[in-house]
Amino acid sequence: MSAVSVLLARETALAWGKGGGPMVAVGFYAGVATLLPLAVGSEPERLAAIAPGAAWVALALAALLSLDRLFERDYEDGALDLLTLSPVPLEIICAVKCLAQWLATGLPLACAAPVAAIALGASPQLSGLVIACALLGGLAFSFMGGIGAALSLGARRGGLLTAVIVLPLFVPPVIFGGGALASLEAGLPWKAGFALLGAYGAAAVALGPIAMAAACRNALS
Amino acid sequence: MIPAPAFLSNPERFMAFSRWAAPMFGALAVGLALAGLWLGFAAPEDYQQGDTVRIMFIHVPAAWMSMFVYACLGVASFLSLVFRHALADAAAQAAAPLGAAFTALALITGSLWGRPMWGAWWVWDARMTSVLVLFLFYVAYMALRAALDDEAKAARAGAILALVGVVNLPIVKFSVDWWNSLHQGASVFRADGPTVADVFLYPLLLMALAYMSAFGSLWLVRIRGEVWRRRAEALALRAARA
Repeated sequence: MSAVSVLLARETALAWGKGGGPMVAVGFYAGVATLLPLAVGSEPERLAAIAPGAAWVALALAALLSLDRLFERDYEDGALDLLTLSPVPLEIICAVKCLAQWLATGLPLACAAPVAAIALGASPQLSGLVIACALLGGLAFSFMGGIGAALSLGARRGGLLTAVIVLPLFVPPVIFGGGALASLEAGLPWKAGFALLGAYGAAAVALGPIAMAAACRNALS
Repeated sequence: MIPAPAFLSNPERFMAFSRWAAPMFGALAVGLALAGLWLGFAAPEDYQQGDTVRIMFIHVPAAWMSMFVYACLGVASFLSLVFRHALADAAAQAAAPLGAAFTALALITGSLWGRPMWGAWWVWDARMTSVLVLFLFYVAYMALRAALDDEAKAARAGAILALVGVVNLPIVKFSVDWWNSLHQGASVFRADGPTVADVFLYPLLLMALAYMSAFGSLWLVRIRGEVWRRRAEALALRAARA
């Protein structure tokens, strides 16, 4: 058990530390939220109509941005080889890496999400659900995105490839989260979308590490 | 499914079988397509859609094939991942561009059909959106295989991605349906009508069989080409070592 906690501490420190850590994702998120009104116009009613959805899409893109650092650095300097030699199964290691990724980008993004949504004109009552969706969705984005990151290890133009692989995998969580937010804003029952988002996140956490570990073993073979 | 791969898993037997089967399926496809198109053009105009109903004979079988080919890709990937069979991998590699082509054909003809019928090239309808996501899966699979230099690694990575896609596609389909029922737009869709008149049904079925034979033929040809290419590469390596 201590091996896992040490690993989690290492991964979180790496994800928070050099290379910008959460600031890259949050900065990108703030950039999208700032540019959006400049592009579509600042009329409050027009912005308010798209605010929750726009904040949600920006969140998915920001999660995508930090994926290529998930395995690439450890793969290049050989740390991933050493990690596979440890008694901890590779599936657990991959899950811990994704969890650290979520701690370093998902959590800060979830804190920034309601601010961006309100700045775009969403009603403040949405904030609770925005945070909850961002937390759950971030988990799904990390664990699904990890599959793309692990598969594109050793590939030329790995970052672009990760984006191409991950894009269709992000479709369900984007739909479920966006649906929950839109329903709540329209005063409709929102729990179905939120529950489906949670189900997708749970499935990603359970099944994603298996695919990631298989992809890592393949890349290292 | 099991007996056919078991029989064909022997490369010698596969090459002997496909040598005759590929042109036969090809000839069958041409014959069926000619018959289907003849009947299709002989069919009367639809009372609502007019002449454009004939796009259906190209469009609907392509949409069916886009899903069928992904199932083939998934089965081949599974066999290649579990049994590490080289032919299964060649089959998966050969199927992907064909599937992408069928999917693109379905999207393009759907768009051409949508313009006169709904007045828009593209509508974010549930079925169209999930076919678009299916197309993205094909693109991701081909991009992944093209980006990895080591062929053995590319094969296994591709197989993992294809299986991830097999698990995800039903979820995508469900999510898109759910999303569409949530954002019920102006109802541009009238019900297609569950009953298709026989004059339309027979050419449609003939075209579906034609597409299926064409896929069978092209698939076998592409697998053969892949086998020859690998053999040539192995020979070149051996010559270089000598």
